[in-house]
Amino acid sequence: MNIKEKIIEKVLAFCALITILTTVGIIAVLLYESFGFFREVPITDFLTGTEWTPLFADKNYGILPLVSGTLLTTFIAIAVALPVGLTIAIYLNEYAPKRFKKVLKPLLEVLAVVPTVVYGFFALMIVTPFLKLFITDLSGFNALSPGIVMGIMIIPFVSSLSEDALAAVPDSLRQASYGMGSTRFQTAFRVMVPAASSGIMVSIILALSRAIGETMIVAIAAGQTPVFTFDPTVPIETITAYIVKVSSGDVPQGTVAYQTIFAAGIMLFVVTFILNNISFWIKNRYQEKYE
Amino acid sequence: MNNAKFNRLKDKAFKYTGIIASISGIVVLAIFIGFVIYMGVQRLSWDFIVQLPSRFAEESGIYTAWMGTVWIMVFTTLISFPLGVGAGIYLEEYAPENRWSKFLEINISNLASVPSIIYGLLGLGVFVRMMQMGNSILAGALTLSLLILPIIIVSTREAIKAVPSSIRDASNALGASKWQTIWHQILPASFGGILTGVILALSRAIGETAPLIVVGALVYVPFAPQNPLDEFTVLPVQIYNWVSRPQEEFIINAAAAIIVLLGITFIMNGIAVYLRNKWQSKMEW
Repeated sequence: MNIKEKIIEKVLAFCALITILTTVGIIAVLLYESFGFFREVPITDFLTGTEWTPLFADKNYGILPLVSGTLLTTFIAIAVALPVGLTIAIYLNEYAPKRFKKVLKPLLEVLAVVPTVVYGFFALMIVTPFLKLFITDLSGFNALSPGIVMGIMIIPFVSSLSEDALAAVPDSLRQASYGMGSTRFQTAFRVMVPAASSGIMVSIILALSRAIGETMIVAIAAGQTPVFTFDPTVPIETITAYIVKVSSGDVPQGTVAYQTIFAAGIMLFVVTFILNNISFWIKNRYQEKYE
Repeated sequence: MNNAKFNRLKDKAFKYTGIIASISGIVVLAIFIGFVIYMGVQRLSWDFIVQLPSRFAEESGIYTAWMGTVWIMVFTTLISFPLGVGAGIYLEEYAPENRWSKFLEINISNLASVPSIIYGLLGLGVFVRMMQMGNSILAGALTLSLLILPIIIVSTREAIKAVPSSIRDASNALGASKWQTIWHQILPASFGGILTGVILALSRAIGETAPLIVVGALVYVPFAPQNPLDEFTVLPVQIYNWVSRPQEEFIINAAAAIIVLLGITFIMNGIAVYLRNKWQSKMEW
């Protein structure tokens, strides 16, 4: 009996160990597969070059065009998701009647449930044609439309995490503010939001990380033209869209062009890894204040 | 207008801004879905479900795509369910409270926010190439399993945490061993919560596109897969392929396939929410 218990514990521990192996595997694969790439391409050229043409005869391996594309769509997505998500969080926490809140929260979650390839379809077939009514020289593929759609998709991330942060602020602060004769608006923006600022920061950072790694929306609607630009109306390419493009084409394994997707992957992994850890750090450092 | 009045006006204004913001996202999504249904419903038919893909849009169906999705989901469930629940039980019941388990915990939440396409690169490097599984269902299912593992682990832990300690104490007092307590008391009591988490995780996996493209889900598969080492395509990849074509007819196909995919996703989430509510009301001991 005792042996059986021991074996079960070992098996369960192994299940947990898989998560560590996954992280190790990700780092090892990215490093191993891009090793050949960084032997041929100096890392300074990779990080500072403004031409990305690994699939052409005249090859250039500067990742800045992909970085600018990623930053552009991410910025637009956050510009949509942050004000809307934060407004929703404040409204739900300070204004909304309980019953309305109970109906609304699961409905908002639906936004995060829709598969991203479906959002890509929406961006390409609905939002871009709609935007063209107002911006006549908008290209059929552009950063604006997938950026906006991505923003809509991550609204629930910002709103639910920010709402948790607001809900964690002790009620005594709110009551004190009301006692001084403040309106709900003043209470929300001068007391609650500053008190919950670390949690709100965490929600923004996680939304950022999510937007940077988002793939299908941009692969479908942003185009596949790596240009170093911050113009939201022209076709661009993000790091993620590039990886998808190469993976769905016939690039022979072992070539430098093939290794580029792992090099691009490192870029992506490092950035999102840093963002995630910043959010942990903020959480641990500040969020326990009120507990 | 004096200051107090102005402040009250701002207060009111924000209330309405809040209502508008809260429903705007949902309204936009409703419009999107309405558009897709309007566009794709004409193409939805029994033939569309059972036909093989074709060069001609009107003769193309989603048979290979949804068969691929079924294969992938069966294997993803078989792999991720025991691993995720096992890891969750370990972390909640066995792991000592030390740096090591803190590290495990941080690592899991980190994995939960790694972009899905990175998992695709992992699958490509390890399963497709190193273990030489090729662009197979097995490689795809293993990749998706690793992707959804953090979600299953976290929800398993939460479900176990919700079991009142009185049950554990009662079982221990009767002389049950640790595993007997877990197997006969904790797991049955938390099963509803665990199941909810697993279904939510699987509904996420069913819509995943990017990692499967990277591990080599093909855009054109002439036949439905016969065994786990066959090449495959799935619904989302088929949709991506059709959306990327310039011809209007293929876009209509994509819209029709999206209706099917959204239908499956919403049904799975509906079941999960139903189970959660049912389980939560039962859990009030």
